[in-house]
Formats: sequence, C-alpha cells, structure tokens
Amino acid sequence: MARLSEASLRIAHEILGRYPRKKSALIPLLHLAQEQHGWVTDDAMTHIAELVEVTPAEVLGTCSFYEMFKRSPVGKFRINICHGISCHLLGAEELLEHAEHTLGVRPGSVTEDQISFEGVECIAACTEAPCLQVNYRYMNKVDADGFDALVSGLRDGSVYIPPHGTLALSRQVIPEDRAAGNAMVDDPSAPSWWPVEEGEA
Amino acid sequence: MSDAPKTDDTDVTVADAEVTEIEAPEVPAPPPGVPITVNGETVHATPGRMLIDACEDAGVYVPRFCYHPRMTPVGMCRMCLVEVDTGRGPALQPSCMLTVSDGMIVDTESEATKKAQDGVLELLLINHPLDCPVCDKGGECPLQDQTMSYGPGESRFIEEKRHFEKPIPINDNVFLDRERCILCDRCTRFAQEVAGDPLIHFIDRGNNTQVNTFPDDPFSSHFSGNTVQICPVGALTAKPYRFKARPWDLTEIESTYPNAMGDRITIQSSRNEVLRYLGVDSDAVNWGWLADRDRFSFESTMNEARLTAPLVRGGGLGAPDPAGAELVGSTWSAALAQVAAALDAARVNPSSIGVIGGARLTNEGQYAWAKLAKGVLGTDNVDAQLGDGIPADVLCALPRATIAEACAPGGTVVIIGTDPKEELGTLYLRLRHAAIHDDVKLIELTATETGLSRQASMSLRVRPGDLGVVADAIVRGDETAEIGLTSTADIAAAHAALNAADQVTVIVGSGSLAEHTALTVEAINAFASRSKVKFLSALRRGNVHGAIDLGLAPGLLPGRTSLEAGRSWFNDKWPTTPAETGHDTAAMLAAAATGKIDVLVLLGADPLIDFPDPELARAGLAGARMVVAVDLFANDSVYAFADVVLPAAACGEKSGSHTNLEGRVSAVRQKVTPPGTARADWMIAAEVAMHLGEDLGFESSTEVTDEIAAVSPLHAHATAAAIEDAADGVLLGNASTGGPARFVWQDLGAPSPATPLDRYSFRLCIDRTMYDHGTLTLSAPSLAPLAAPGSVRLHPSDANALGVVDGSAVRLSSKRASVEGPVVVDARVARGVAAIAHNHAGLDARALIELDAPVTDIRIETL
Repeated sequence: MARLSEASLRIAHEILGRYPRKKSALIPLLHLAQEQHGWVTDDAMTHIAELVEVTPAEVLGTCSFYEMFKRSPVGKFRINICHGISCHLLGAEELLEHAEHTLGVRPGSVTEDQISFEGVECIAACTEAPCLQVNYRYMNKVDADGFDALVSGLRDGSVYIPPHGTLALSRQVIPEDRAAGNAMVDDPSAPSWWPVEEGEA
Repeated sequence: MSDAPKTDDTDVTVADAEVTEIEAPEVPAPPPGVPITVNGETVHATPGRMLIDACEDAGVYVPRFCYHPRMTPVGMCRMCLVEVDTGRGPALQPSCMLTVSDGMIVDTESEATKKAQDGVLELLLINHPLDCPVCDKGGECPLQDQTMSYGPGESRFIEEKRHFEKPIPINDNVFLDRERCILCDRCTRFAQEVAGDPLIHFIDRGNNTQVNTFPDDPFSSHFSGNTVQICPVGALTAKPYRFKARPWDLTEIESTYPNAMGDRITIQSSRNEVLRYLGVDSDAVNWGWLADRDRFSFESTMNEARLTAPLVRGGGLGAPDPAGAELVGSTWSAALAQVAAALDAARVNPSSIGVIGGARLTNEGQYAWAKLAKGVLGTDNVDAQLGDGIPADVLCALPRATIAEACAPGGTVVIIGTDPKEELGTLYLRLRHAAIHDDVKLIELTATETGLSRQASMSLRVRPGDLGVVADAIVRGDETAEIGLTSTADIAAAHAALNAADQVTVIVGSGSLAEHTALTVEAINAFASRSKVKFLSALRRGNVHGAIDLGLAPGLLPGRTSLEAGRSWFNDKWPTTPAETGHDTAAMLAAAATGKIDVLVLLGADPLIDFPDPELARAGLAGARMVVAVDLFANDSVYAFADVVLPAAACGEKSGSHTNLEGRVSAVRQKVTPPGTARADWMIAAEVAMHLGEDLGFESSTEVTDEIAAVSPLHAHATAAAIEDAADGVLLGNASTGGPARFVWQDLGAPSPATPLDRYSFRLCIDRTMYDHGTLTLSAPSLAPLAAPGSVRLHPSDANALGVVDGSAVRLSSKRASVEGPVVVDARVARGVAAIAHNHAGLDARALIELDAPVTDIRIETL
C-alpha cells in the first residue's frame, strides 16, 4: 500500500534523533504511520523496519500487540463503544447491538460513508456509563437514540469531530539539545542536557 | 533397597566433578561448588549454574519445553517449576530462571511440584490438538513424553481449541502448524539470538499469540532447519522429512558431516534410506546447530541420479572406446583393468600422471589416494584444491588455532577473505555468539559487508587487491595515507585494536576468485609477523583440511611435511616417493592441455565449474589422454571428459574419519549401504593398486586410520580406537611430535603495492554464497531452488552513477572477455567493487578474470 510519505519521513527522522537506540523509536513511528491512513499498512511497517534497523517481523510483533494500532482500514470516524464492567451493566452490549443495526455493519468493519465502530475495554469513564468515543472524543451516557443522533450528526456534518486520535492534534516538540541523540547507550557519559550538580566535574 | 543405588549415583557425580577439575589444569583451583539439596540428596553445584542444569548434573531430570542450554532462559513454559527453599520456606520457582545458591533445598517430586506440573500440562493441552497419530513428532515429542510422565492424565477443558490454518510454509523447507505450537519461544529465540535472522516473531500477543513471519517475508535463514530440531512439539516440521517415517522406525548413528567445520551429526535412516540429519551438541564444534545446506543435503546422496556402477566411454556392451561419445555401463573389473593398464603404461614417467581433487573424501580415502599416487606411482602432481583456495604449503606453515581459542572470552578475531555466514555456517554461529556474549572483538577486512558486520567491532571495506598492503599497514601501524577504500583513521583504529589485543586469531578465507592468491598470502604474511597469532583457514570444501594434512597437494607428504623433509622418513614406509615436486591444479591442467598428462584422475572434482579458468579446465581435460573420475555424480567435467567413471560412496555410506579446519579428527560412520556397487574411496585406491600388482597394505577403514597414525607423527594420537572413543574427536594440534621437519613460516617481506583503480572501472570480486550450483546443492530437491540467479551486485551510489536499478541488464567487460547479466543494488558492497557470486545460473564471471594479473578491473555498460 503505502510507505511513509515524504512529510512523514521528515518527522520520522526527527523522532529517530531523540533516541539513543533506533529501535526505541518503533512505537512513535507506528503512531506516525497510523496518522497517514488511520491504520498501519504492511508497507509502512516494512518502511519502519528499515528505519529502525529491525526486521518487519519484529515491527509486526510489536504493532500487533497494541489494540490501538489498526492493521486493517478504519473509517474517518472511529466509534469505540466501551463494554467494560460499568458500561456492560448499564447496557453497553445492547448499545453495540443497536449500533450494528443502525450502521448495518459488524464491529470492526467500515460503512460506505467511512464510519467504523467496535467494542473496547474500559475507557475510564465509568461514572458516565454507557459511554463511547468518536475519534477519542468522549460521549457520555449514550442510549440508542443518542447513538442514532450522533450517527446522523456525523453523516450530515452537524456534529463536528476533529480527526483527532488517528491523526495527532498537536505534535510533540523536543528541542534538539534535549534529545538524547543517536549515541551508544553503553556510553557512560551523560546526555548533554543532564543537569550537572554543583561541584561536579 | 532403593537407597543403595542412589548413594552410588551421588558418589559417581562427585567423582566426576573431581575428575573434571583435574583435567582442566589451566583453571586455577576452581571452587568446588556450593552444597545444595536435591530431593534429599546433598550435591555440589557451581554457583551461578542454572538450577535445572544442576539438578540434571545430580541425575534428576526436570521436565522442560522452553529451556535450551544454548539459548537464554526465558521461563516461558513454566514446565520446570520445582519447589525451592532458600531459607524463606518452600516456594515454586522455574528452575530454568534460578541460579544455584548455597544451601538451596530443591524438591522436584513434592506434592506442590507435581500439582504445578499437572496444571502446566493441562494448560498446554487446552489448545494443543491431540493429532499425535498423524503428527511427525509423535514418538519423539517432549510434550507427548512429558504428558505421559508428569501429566494429569485427563483434562477438564471441554471447550473448543484454538484453530489456525494447518501448516503454513514459513520458508521453502519449514512448515509451521500454529495449532500445535505451545509458544515456548525456542524457534523465535533461535532466530533472534543464535542465527541473527529474526524473521519469525510472536505476533498478536495476548489471547491469540502466534508465531509467524511478516506477510510475504519468509523465514529465509540459512539456519531455519535448527528450529525444527529444537521445536518441543510438532509445530515446526521440515519438508524433506515430513511424513517420511515414524521415529520408532528410525535407527541412528553419530557421525561427522563432511564440511570444513566437521559438524557433528546424527544420521537417521529407515530401510537403508537416510531420512534425516540432526545436529549433535558438540561443545568443541557445532553446539548442536547445522546449516540448512548441510542438514538437508542427505537428499542429494539419496538422489536417483547417483552413480551406481562403473561407466566407461565406449561403444556397445561396455567395450572401451576413447573416441566414444557416450558413457556406458561397465563392470568394476573391466573399468579397474582399464585404469590400471593406463596407469601402468604411464608410471614409467610419473609426472605424466595427475590427481585433482580429494576434498570430498574421508581421511582414509585421502591417505589411500595419496599413498597410491605418491607412494606407489611416484607422481607429485596431486592437488586437492582447484586453484581457488590457499596454497597448502602456506597453510601448513601457519600455527592452527582452534574454534574454542578463536571464541575464547575477550579475544580478538580478524576475518579476511570470507563471509562465514555464507561459507561456513556453524563457524558463523560460533563467532556471532562469541562477539555478542563473550566480548570477542571481530575485525573484518572484506570487500563486502558480511553476515558478521553488525557484530563486528570494526568492519573495514578493503578493495580486492589492497588486502596485503592494508594488513601490513594495520600490523605495523605506520600508514599515513588511505589505501584504496580504507581510510587512515580506520587503519589506525584497527592497529590500535590489534595492539591492545593479546592472542589474535586470523580467519583466512580463500578470498575473491578474481584476486591472485599471492595477495591473500601477503595478508597472511603481514599477520604472521605478529607474535601471539594463530590462524583458522576458512576453506569451505569438505574435508580439504584432511587432504592437506594427508599430503594431497604438490610438494607435501602426509603429516604437514614437505616432500624434501619427509622423503627419507616415507622411503622407509612407502614403496617410493616422488622424485620431484609436482604441479598444482593449474599447472596440471596446463600440462594436460599440451599433451603432457597421460592419466588424469578426478577425485570428486569438477574443474569445469570450480577452476577459475574454465577455458584452461576444458583444454586440460580434453588434452589428457585418459581421464578417470571417482565421483558420486556425473558432473559436467565427468560427463564431458571422463573415460572411466568409478562410483564412490557418500556421507553416511562409508566409515573413517574427517579433519576439520582446526585439525580435529572425528569419526565418520556408515549408516546405509552405498547405492549399487559404489564403494568407499580408499577401497577404490586399494583396488587400483591391486590391479597394478601392488598392495597398499590395508583391508579395512580402521587399518587405514591406524596406518595414518603410524606413518604421520602429526596423527600419532589419532588412532582408530582413539577417534572412536573421543566424543569431540582428536585434536591434531601444532606441536611437533618427532618425525620429519614441518613447514616454518618464512617472512615474505613487504607486500606488493596496492593496485590503483581508475574512476571508470570496477574491481571484480567473485565471492561465494551458501547456495550455488554446486553438485550437492543442485541434486538435493529442497536446496536447489534456493540458489539465486547470478547477478552483479553494486553499491547504490555506483548504481546511481551508472543509471541502473535492480534488474537492469549490463555488459561487463575485462581485457579478456565480456559477459552480460542483471544488476542487484546492494549497500553491503563497497564502492567501486562489482561483486558477483561464483557458480550461479546465468552469469559466469570467471571468463572475465585476468589470471596473471593480481586483480581484474572491469567496465560496466548498460544495455
């Protein structure tokens, strides 16, 4: 499919510069790859493998461990319906079933108008159960009608959800002098930004 | 009653420990170990030793799946849980993750341990299918065996098991059945830690953890077969063995694989058919590992195309006719009579007889042929190397290191002229382990990056032709200018590293085929001038080190002695000795081309493919009046030029001994009978001698071994009985043990200057790969497809400058010839170097080589 774009590659090199070992940049680079298409393509994993000097199998091993790295296409709007204990007790399973009927697809699939949904583990809003996220934006105490309203709002554009989550809203900036840089980790000398105590050489 | 044998066991263990201490005098008084209690018996164990091993030392086997003594323990399977009391009361602990400490009380048979073992096995069997009756592992399966010995007998689990697609190929030869996998991490750890090819990995970790490759990125490791051998269940199976036999139908024998490492193997067969080689964990050599090329090569010896009866060139009914176009079937008596008649006529002028090859043979075959050629016929035109190695007299003058010395902690190893990963698989594994775990510094001076470059503390690119000067500059350390590709700073750093090192081992490969051997010798000379240096020669052809030790080289006699020095010694032992120093392969072929060779014997040699100059090989074979081939297959040279072909026995079909690169002589044992009337090489030599009216003086392989020990002071300890008894073989060593004088290194003086490279040319480098079009690889159906098509590998910036990409067709031209082939862009190749692997389909670069020049420079044009 798609490797990292020119723009992403520039950011990737900046990210790589932050770590003493290239391999440490693996997860930030997977996030970067996910920003591009909303999911991590096989080609992007191969590209990351080249960048951090491991094999694609090792990238896949890490990527596949994390639920939030998607390895198949997702919609523009990703709805995560919580079915943790609290939400489960207050009707999350019924909400999931309702969502299936409303959207006409199975959990994990994408509708033609780019909405996908799935059941997720606890999203830490138990007091507001049953709750969900759209692109990691919380919606609290959602019932069947509330869900339908949300979906129609997404479809006609009256509900604005920024493309946040699959796309980073703000990028982390680490000044160059504070980045550890590509150095040997076994080198006992401290990074340049390490505070030097009074009296130390 | 039951107490008595236990006490005996303990006594034996303690006694063993004491014997080991006495046998290792260089270790200054090792601690006797700390007392631990294993199942009520007090034993002593070295602090730091894994409890699981200490228990085994004490005769108590702890069941395990994931633990493997050659890999880092990970505690994945929990099968080795035992109850341990270190003073805070008994608790269950995985014995593979716990090191022995003073006063530890271990109970491997307690109720708690048994309950843990029951529980672990019940858990593992939740998802493991019970398809043992159709599983290849059934009968030799640790899971099956340990379930029988330690398991609960029944499961409470009635739900559905995990399902995966049944077996998926993870590479051309290995299949993975994820349903059977118990996630012990052995194969993935092997791939990562041992082989350095982490192309299989745990993915979807969690409930659905599985081992798999990246999509469309197969586990293309030279060592993948080892994962099959160490898999504790039937999850990984090897294509060559799948559904071929049940373990209880197999019989086995321990032997030595005929490669230059002398890897220890178990040959398993059923109904006179070899079905499998397994690696044997030999501390001194291969640690249980094998390269796939060797592991699956039994297919070639089982190939139906093997020669099964003598062939002669002739007309109908096997009537000899040198002008005949075809090789036709004959009989041993007729074929031997024809060979003997030709040799009898030629022996009046011994220099008209030549013998090429012999590296495939056992020591016994080599000695018998050396004795026949040099001791009976009196010719010194004998060469086991085909102009593609290192001169035998050079090797014989170098102090030989052992693999253990090279890999000793804190040591320094210099690698020149070889990529061990491509040429000597298990040596690569040993060196890689030493570099990662034992702080061995690798300094490589090669034209392309090797499999060890990432582990090397210094990986210097040296253009072919510059090696002698670079080596000299590194040893002396007074170089002020860069040499070709090698910068002053690199040379200075390498010099500093070499100066800081105590004992240095230099691993010398045969280098590029397009580079004159003298340049490799100059590099050797530079290092040989250093004190505390030893050498390992990384020649890869079979038993080539045995051939050199037993005199299959011009100017040599058995025992690494020269013709001059050993003549009087061998005159007492052999009917005769050669009157004058003979020709090497190149000179023999040149002599044959001008009609000066009457009988040319090819001992498992294929000069058309292996000799650097195919034209001279062709002319020489055509010019020899009679070509006698002793071989397994009718290879190109045999098919086109042999007048008489005598079928020989292969690995597994003959017994004797084998010499590896460090001079370790280990036992080669016969498991099956050779096909048809093929026979061992020493027998063929003895038969030829008999037809000449001579008697070589031996009637069995052990008699040959003992005669070697009797006539060669170097082999004095390597008697048949000693080799049979020594699990790791007998190390010949370097020390002089009387008899004729050995070679001594003589300084050759300053190296010849580096050959400059003009900016329009590329330096030709013909190197070797694991899989090529060698006879054994091609005749093994599982290995033949692994040989990549021939290509010229160029550095990306060179490719850019030429405007070529992967697959572009180019014409390569030297002063001598032009050939065409595709480009592969490869960042591992040094700039200005055109690397071409030898003996691959579609691109034979040997035609380009300017044989008299030190190196060959070529121009590259796009087509």
